Amino acid sequence: MRFVFKTDYDQDIRLLKHSGYWWSYGALLAVLIAFPYLVGSYLQSQIVFVFIYAIVGVALIILTGFTGQASLGHAAFLAIGAYTAGFLQSQGISFIVYFPAAAIITGAVGAMVGFPALRLSGIYLVIATIAFAFIVEEILARWESVTHGNEGMRVRTIDFLGQPIPRDGDAFYFLCLLVLAGSILLALNLLRSPTGRAFIAIRDSETAAKSMGIDLAGYKVKSFAISAALTGMAGVLFAHKMSFISPEMFTLLLSIEFIMVIIIGGAFGVHGAVLGAIFIVMVDPFLTALKDDVPVLGASLATTLGMAPDAAGKLRDTMSAIGSAAGLKGAIYGLIIMMFILFEPYGLYGRWLKVKLFFQLFPLYKKATFKRQKTYVKSERNR
Amino acid sequence: MSFFTVDGISLQFGGLKAVDSVSFSVEKGEIFTIIGPNGAGKTSIFNLISRLYDPTSGKLFFEGRDITEVPSHQIAKLGIARTFQNIELFENASMLANLLVGRHCHATTQLWQEILFLPSVRRAEKEHRRKVEEVIEFLDLQAYRDKLIAGLPYGVRKVVEVARALCSEPKLILLDEPSSGLNVEETDDMSFWIRDIRTDLGVTVLMVEHDMTLVNRVSDRVLALNYGKVLASGTPAEVQAHPDVIAAYLGA
Ligand SMILES: Nc1ncnc2c1ncn2[C@@H]1O[C@H](COP(=O)(O)OP(=O)(O)O)[C@@H](O)[C@H]1O
Ligand SMILES: [Mg+2]
Repeated sequence: MRFVFKTDYDQDIRLLKHSGYWWSYGALLAVLIAFPYLVGSYLQSQIVFVFIYAIVGVALIILTGFTGQASLGHAAFLAIGAYTAGFLQSQGISFIVYFPAAAIITGAVGAMVGFPALRLSGIYLVIATIAFAFIVEEILARWESVTHGNEGMRVRTIDFLGQPIPRDGDAFYFLCLLVLAGSILLALNLLRSPTGRAFIAIRDSETAAKSMGIDLAGYKVKSFAISAALTGMAGVLFAHKMSFISPEMFTLLLSIEFIMVIIIGGAFGVHGAVLGAIFIVMVDPFLTALKDDVPVLGASLATTLGMAPDAAGKLRDTMSAIGSAAGLKGAIYGLIIMMFILFEPYGLYGRWLKVKLFFQLFPLYKKATFKRQKTYVKSERNR
Repeated sequence: MSFFTVDGISLQFGGLKAVDSVSFSVEKGEIFTIIGPNGAGKTSIFNLISRLYDPTSGKLFFEGRDITEVPSHQIAKLGIARTFQNIELFENASMLANLLVGRHCHATTQLWQEILFLPSVRRAEKEHRRKVEEVIEFLDLQAYRDKLIAGLPYGVRKVVEVARALCSEPKLILLDEPSSGLNVEETDDMSFWIRDIRTDLGVTVLMVEHDMTLVNRVSDRVLALNYGKVLASGTPAEVQAHPDVIAAYLGA
């Protein structure tokens, strides 16, 4: 087990705490840079979606993981970013202008959504954000002069100072990687400065935060604005990646997917956003496989085990019927969320930390190492 | 005018007068203790001072300034810090992070600077950290820097909360039952620290306390409260000899 001797306060401020970090993150970066040259276009496309989802994941970790404010409205922020890009691009405005503009506009909307958060908490805030998302969806469908309503809107290839960045190309992959890296850096910088600590303070005790001089209203609004702005940037990338946007792409289900990113990945650290995004984006190909391959496989397995061919055929049909049943995705999502909340509340990243610690401490690891000890019951908080 | 003055303050919860025209003054450098049976309104007075509650009537003055209308998040900046009876720490953060939040009222950096983590932010952070280390040293918390609060024993949390309050470099510190839940040794340590806070750091102490040994050992003056009303005030001996106080404690 490594023991880091600290001789300087800078060591606690530094992001890469010791040489091991340099090696592992350096290797990760090398792999990510080499990826486009190693994998096929389908997988590369999936990874781009992982990046985009991970940016939203980072945004949600700032809002929910750090500040403790839940949101089921992030699909709407993504939509605002996407439509800002689509509209401004159609007006002949250049990418280097509408990319930050989308972030600023979405951030401003986020700040406005933050205001109800001053009075609402928990499930009421969730409902408020859902309501907000419905309103946005409705506006997108009705405001035809800008959004083309339900018909949707084409989004052309990015024109980066005269240089096209096609959505399937390597440059687009690196652009998304860059924005993700930037968002992660932003989140980590926040965490090591007063604002990030104020967020955490608000999450853990509003009363104490207030009496330590933290202006709850200001910081909640800031958290919403930052989270929304990041999601807006992800929205620009999303719009270009899809090359077509319409209101029904930004529904509650998408917001739920975003929440799942941090529930599955773990909301207490930025790593969770990436792990969760990988999981969520890869669920889709997995479900497709479940629909197409598993029934066939199951049927042939049944035949080899001595089942009559027509019975096996029936089995295959039933299995594919189940596989393509409407709502299967939602049901599987629900199941996954429940499993994670029950068995892995710290998400995949938490699991990873436990595995790491297991090997570091081997053979001394105790099962109860991560058990929370409840030392007292908090009652009548302010008395 | 006194360093800190509570002038005829009242607080009403529905029909219940939790605090009933209470007045007292605390002088600079004093250790002033409020005692009283459970439900007497002691914590309510603290909540009024830290502006978590608005008084029904009455005024608060700190260093000659009327702070009755100051919003709660600006109280720390004026130099008043507090602890809570039931410990309000940031449970899922390290002790260091908790103490650094105590520095929040001295934060000068802007959001955009923090996002970029400019050299100015790094410098400010190191300065905050230096101050925090002084407090860690002062209260002997070296062993817990990177520990999550949720995993710390009750007695340590109690000290960490005092530490967090001290990190804001207050002029007046409010301690709500600093010894509750502590064992005899821990209570002893706490009484030494309270005196050191006053003597070494020059911070005026206003506290609520049940443990009369501790009260007698550290307090300069005591105020006894019952049903929101002041029963008596004066030196610890005077107050304990007061017939109303004896009656209140014997439940007569
Ligand atoms: N938020 C509140 N709402 C209603 N009643 C309260 C509230 N806080 C305190 N009280 C009541 O005010 C009285 C004084 O409480 P408190 O100040 O906590 O007493 P102490 O700290 O002296 O034990 C008690 O009767 C208590 O029940
Ligand atoms: Mg009390």
